[in-house]
Amino acid sequence: MGFITEVKTLIKDNIRDYGMYIALVVILLTFTIMTDGLFMSSRNISNLLDSAGYIAVLAVGMTLVIVIRHIDLSVGFAAGFLGAIAAIFLTQMGVSVYITVPAILIFGIVAGLFNGFLIAQLGIPAFVATLAAMLIFRGALLRVTEQTGTIIVNDDKFNALGNGFIPSLMEVNGLHLLSLIVGLIGVMLYVYSEFSNRRNKVKYKFDVPSKGIFALKLILVSAVIAYITWILAGYNGFSWTVVIMLVVVIIYHFMTTKTVLGRHIYAVGSNPEAAHLSGINVKKITYIVFGSMGMLAALSGILFTSRLQSATTTAGTLFELDAIAAAYVGGVSSAGGVGKVTGAIIGAIVMASLTNGMNLLGVGISYQYIIRGGVLAAAVIFDVMTRRKRG
Amino acid sequence: MSEYILEMKGISKEFTGVKALSNVNFKVKKGEIHCLIGENGAGKSTLMKVLSGVYPHGNYDGDIIYEGEVQKFSNISDSVKAGISIIHQELALFPDLTVYENIFAGNEVKRGAFVDWNQTVVEAQKMLKKVNLKVNPETLVKDLSVGRQQLVEIAKALSKEVKLLILDEPTAALNEDDSENLLELLKGLKQEGITCIMISHKLKEVISIVDKATVLRDGQTICTLDAADGPISESIIIQNMVGREIKDIYPKRPNKNIGDKILELHNWSAFDVELGREVVKDVDFHIKKGEIVGIAGLMGAGRTELALSIFGNPKSYKVQGDLLLNGKKRKFTHTKDAIKAGIAYVTEDRKGNGLFLLQDIKSNVSAANLKGISSNGILNGNEEIKVATEYKKSINIKASSVEQNVGNLSGGNQQKVSLGKWLFVGPKLLILDEPTRGIDVGAKFEIYTIMNQMINEGLSIIMISSELGEVLGMSDRVYVMGEGRIKGEMAIEEASQEKIMQLATH
Repeated sequence: MGFITEVKTLIKDNIRDYGMYIALVVILLTFTIMTDGLFMSSRNISNLLDSAGYIAVLAVGMTLVIVIRHIDLSVGFAAGFLGAIAAIFLTQMGVSVYITVPAILIFGIVAGLFNGFLIAQLGIPAFVATLAAMLIFRGALLRVTEQTGTIIVNDDKFNALGNGFIPSLMEVNGLHLLSLIVGLIGVMLYVYSEFSNRRNKVKYKFDVPSKGIFALKLILVSAVIAYITWILAGYNGFSWTVVIMLVVVIIYHFMTTKTVLGRHIYAVGSNPEAAHLSGINVKKITYIVFGSMGMLAALSGILFTSRLQSATTTAGTLFELDAIAAAYVGGVSSAGGVGKVTGAIIGAIVMASLTNGMNLLGVGISYQYIIRGGVLAAAVIFDVMTRRKRG
Repeated sequence: MSEYILEMKGISKEFTGVKALSNVNFKVKKGEIHCLIGENGAGKSTLMKVLSGVYPHGNYDGDIIYEGEVQKFSNISDSVKAGISIIHQELALFPDLTVYENIFAGNEVKRGAFVDWNQTVVEAQKMLKKVNLKVNPETLVKDLSVGRQQLVEIAKALSKEVKLLILDEPTAALNEDDSENLLELLKGLKQEGITCIMISHKLKEVISIVDKATVLRDGQTICTLDAADGPISESIIIQNMVGREIKDIYPKRPNKNIGDKILELHNWSAFDVELGREVVKDVDFHIKKGEIVGIAGLMGAGRTELALSIFGNPKSYKVQGDLLLNGKKRKFTHTKDAIKAGIAYVTEDRKGNGLFLLQDIKSNVSAANLKGISSNGILNGNEEIKVATEYKKSINIKASSVEQNVGNLSGGNQQKVSLGKWLFVGPKLLILDEPTRGIDVGAKFEIYTIMNQMINEGLSIIMISSELGEVLGMSDRVYVMGEGRIKGEMAIEEASQEKIMQLATH
């Protein structure tokens, strides 16, 4: 009885956070049933995650931008343009991939800082400043691809970022060994961190959830990690895109939840004036958030170019809106100060699942847009309703 | 029909537990200029909001009898239709529209379904003539001086065929010429039979113009003075304004231990670029270790502006003069410098710019001193809970846990969270801006007790307050501010409510 009520209050208190996980599970189950299991096949899931990658990294950055009450419309064509620059570096200039990738990321930071300058220093509304940047990047993309048209990239290492998989070492029963090991390490790290958290709390003499709940959480999350690993190991294992995505999420999740910088970002988002009066440099935070957005836009451009193995004249079109949609599905609030990085990733996966599932079912593109729009609206309505109930 | 155009009978209004008005009676004769006087928070503005329908019928107790009938306004447009217009302290004009557009905003001159702009200009000119304002109706309102903007507001009221005009502190932002002009105009309107209720802190003005003056105190009507019964004197008004006895709600501080000067200001001025005027003028000020210095004054006296100009100047005023901290000249370019130097500022507007309402108690307590709960930029969440829980206990924040959202706490508890946040910074000098605004008596006492504890620990406190009782009850020394200047300084032994009011209203 005690256990059940504890679970109930836990769900009630965290309905906002759990909402999108529940939604994701419902979507996955629905498609799995409707496609007779095809949706959950190793190959499809691997594909789905790879196709979500370049939007997911944008959504992570966009979440922070929206948390501090701004918006960045330039990221789509910034990604397209920087992806094209990467292609030019690799093909026409013969720069090594090991120099190209960091260089492009730095270009991205510079571009983001320029947006930050317009917004923080000159006080131009983010919507307008980044709209201008979007047009500039679009022009720049056309400029560099005008003469050659699509630039084909032949660099295998670069193309592996969007298409390749981590080496397998050896196959066990047709399963990808290294991926299994990575998954196992993931589970172990997770269990270890949960135990050490709990130990620390006990050391401080704080309340901890009951043993039953603790065990349930451990088993549930470990099972999810194990299941995903098993599915992916059944095809080609973890792709580089998934690995990059995971690294980005882990770094940003840590940064937002465990560091002073993260706390400052949320403080600026929830009340800029109070943040200023608390000794937080609001301008600096704005620069950092837009700089990080620029870097992630560059990363998105690299992933997309690599996935297509080429830079096209229209690369990046509407990425920014997909990223914004993913961030909102992931629970960010335009009123500022609320939104999680993990939510953004889930949001991106929800949107990618919808596209992928409906493609499998052969749903017409016209209906696809309508349904995705409906899901976005439903997510935000859910968010507003749950917040109203609590406030 | 009775000789009164307006009778407000037994008006009471409560805000979540705090009585703003209790059983107020207020009568205004047709064609008179009637002044409403009282300290900040006495209930003047609330009463006028009840009258003009900002607080709809049913939201207050009592009756409004206007032109012989009980009125049940459910919003502002109802009262406007009945001929009541209110002009607030902050003008409600559209700065980027022209004078004529402003005068008829919401009350457009129409021909058929369309606005007749030519006729609008003609009508606007008539209204401008009535208020003696000689400007081109095509001028943008933002290009007019504040005094002229006020006249546009009055013209706007006249265009709606106003019978009862309410002015909330009409001359607060005006220079003397403009004030005089406005008062003359009010006299002129009186001749045309327009009744006028004026809220004002400037007693000289009040005396020069009014037929009657009603004094409010603590949400109650104290008296109505009639100029017909002989001239109204300032001293009578002040006596009635402050007449309350100071109840024993201020805890005593037995052993005073006052040390050296910790902060000094010399020829300190601050120019607000946005407003385009000086908000702090030529201030000389000091505070010693272990001292509570009260800064009294009326709204708009420049007290908060003074505090902000000391506290790292977050509003980017153009600041002139010298600031000495422990005898050394200092200059703070950001709030974080001031915090580092040991200054803390607890804002008057805790919801607006003090707290992070969507965040929990612990994040609010740690917000200004994340260093205290982190190492190398990485937070220790458990340490944060520990610290916050300690403050929750020591200053008695009533909440289920430190993980409760601050937005759901009562005003008093929110204020305590604010205090906890700034105590955690470990300040030497604490600036409290209206520390007990909107808080019930019990919580007030607790906050005073905390203040005394801090003084005992060697802090110094600057307390900005509009509550004279609080200023007199808690301070060791009092400054009175008005119009951005220090109007007077006195030791607590010499201070009295009358003296402070006298200085503040001049």
